[in-house]
Amino acid sequence: MAIDWHPTASIETLRERARLMASVRAFFAARTVLEVETPVLGQGGSTDVHLVSLNTLARTDRGQRRLWLQTSPEFHMKRLLAAGSGPIFQLARSFRDGEVGARHNIEFTMLEWYRPQFSLNEMIAETAALVMALLPAAPGDIVHYRYRELFHTHLAVDPFTSSLEKLRALASERGQMSAHALADEGRDTCLDLLMSMVIEPQLGQQELSVVTDYPTSQAALARRHQDADGEWVASRFELYVNGIELANGYDELTDAEEQRLRFNADNAERRRLGLPEVDIDENLLAALEHGMPEGAGVALGIDRLIQLALGKARLEDVLAFSTPHC
Amino acid sequence: MANYSTNEFKAGLKVMLDGDPCSIVENELVKPGKGQAFNRVKMRNLMTGRVGEKTFKSGDSLEGADVMDLEMEYLYTDGDMWHFMKTDGSFEQYAVEKKALGDTSKWLKEQVPYTITLWDDKAISVTPPNFIELEVVETDPGLKGDTAQGGSKPATLTSGAVVRVPLFINRGEVLKIDTRSGDYVSRA
Repeated sequence: MAIDWHPTASIETLRERARLMASVRAFFAARTVLEVETPVLGQGGSTDVHLVSLNTLARTDRGQRRLWLQTSPEFHMKRLLAAGSGPIFQLARSFRDGEVGARHNIEFTMLEWYRPQFSLNEMIAETAALVMALLPAAPGDIVHYRYRELFHTHLAVDPFTSSLEKLRALASERGQMSAHALADEGRDTCLDLLMSMVIEPQLGQQELSVVTDYPTSQAALARRHQDADGEWVASRFELYVNGIELANGYDELTDAEEQRLRFNADNAERRRLGLPEVDIDENLLAALEHGMPEGAGVALGIDRLIQLALGKARLEDVLAFSTPHC
Repeated sequence: MANYSTNEFKAGLKVMLDGDPCSIVENELVKPGKGQAFNRVKMRNLMTGRVGEKTFKSGDSLEGADVMDLEMEYLYTDGDMWHFMKTDGSFEQYAVEKKALGDTSKWLKEQVPYTITLWDDKAISVTPPNFIELEVVETDPGLKGDTAQGGSKPATLTSGAVVRVPLFINRGEVLKIDTRSGDYVSRA
């Protein structure tokens, strides 16, 4: 069989991609946000239960070490912030094993940036401005939704107070998953299923949708706060265009102790699920202990935004060589 | 059979779902910004032919189904079963039930090769060739001078199928039919 060595993106698309990448750099240059480059390999990995990190063994001057391919440049960039970098951005190659599809590739480029002293709302405004700057036509107004409100509107259910049985039944029915497969699943799996199967496809239609106030169980590396209803929620947002999730932003957690607890909780959950544990990034924890300025950060899948801007059906259409054509 | 994980669900893979063999049509990874990833899988139930969607947690697996497609010639029916023979020179015969034969019953012709889907060595469906040539056994008399355009009439074929044909077609003629649409194509 002939080997197909050709790029998965056309050369014309790669020209367009280069133009969009230049616009990203111009956007941040105009706002005096410093471009940085941090390593793809790190001593710690992401403990996030739903991310699968790739790792490799390397011979270093400290002997053979297991190094982790970063799922995002977050930890290294936070160490720069703690060292006094001020606002920074990066176009970083990132790796998430097993993520393959029309909107996923195992190796991809993350646009990540951090704004010390920014509130979450200021960060939402900047993220929307960047997306608008890259899309050929403005998708429409920026509309804010609270996580809870979306579940009320689209599913007539409360994500925080409904019983687990009710969530399972609804997730099975609307998410087309067998009741048997959901029998042992907790609230978050049900909510994730309903969010991705029912709600997300309806977001960002003729508008730019921003979702905030996620359940605290989905806070990841974001702070928590009490919303208007007195419910504890994650200080986090997601931005959607055309039913596609583009960006995820946090009011960043700066408390080293709380961060360690969350890493440990992730690894405990990994043990419970029989998943491999991930080395905790002690460098990040030490940096947080030293002190990281408060502020907001965003991770945006730039390949996806390029895909959207160029109207391409699959992510591989905007990647020179998608996995496994690499 | 081996188990297949969601990331191995490629179009055409045969798996077991709720006791029935199914063929994967489409598989798409769906993931909220943070959190559990899912696979939305479109699959055809090979027993009913129906296509449906099912969601799985990424990494979940299904048992593979021992399903294969074989080419076989139609031989005859004894009224209960329809008998086919492998075309690989082995002369091996398979008996097919009416349920598995389905709509293909109206496209049967001796010595024509059909695709027989076997599950655990039992025939579960029969697919006719895309085009088949069949003789007209009954239709209104042909109209002299009528050409390709204008009007059609029903014609019954040797297999029992009734198709719309142009007015100039006569009894005894052999026609080429598209079995997927049931449309008349041409005189054979």
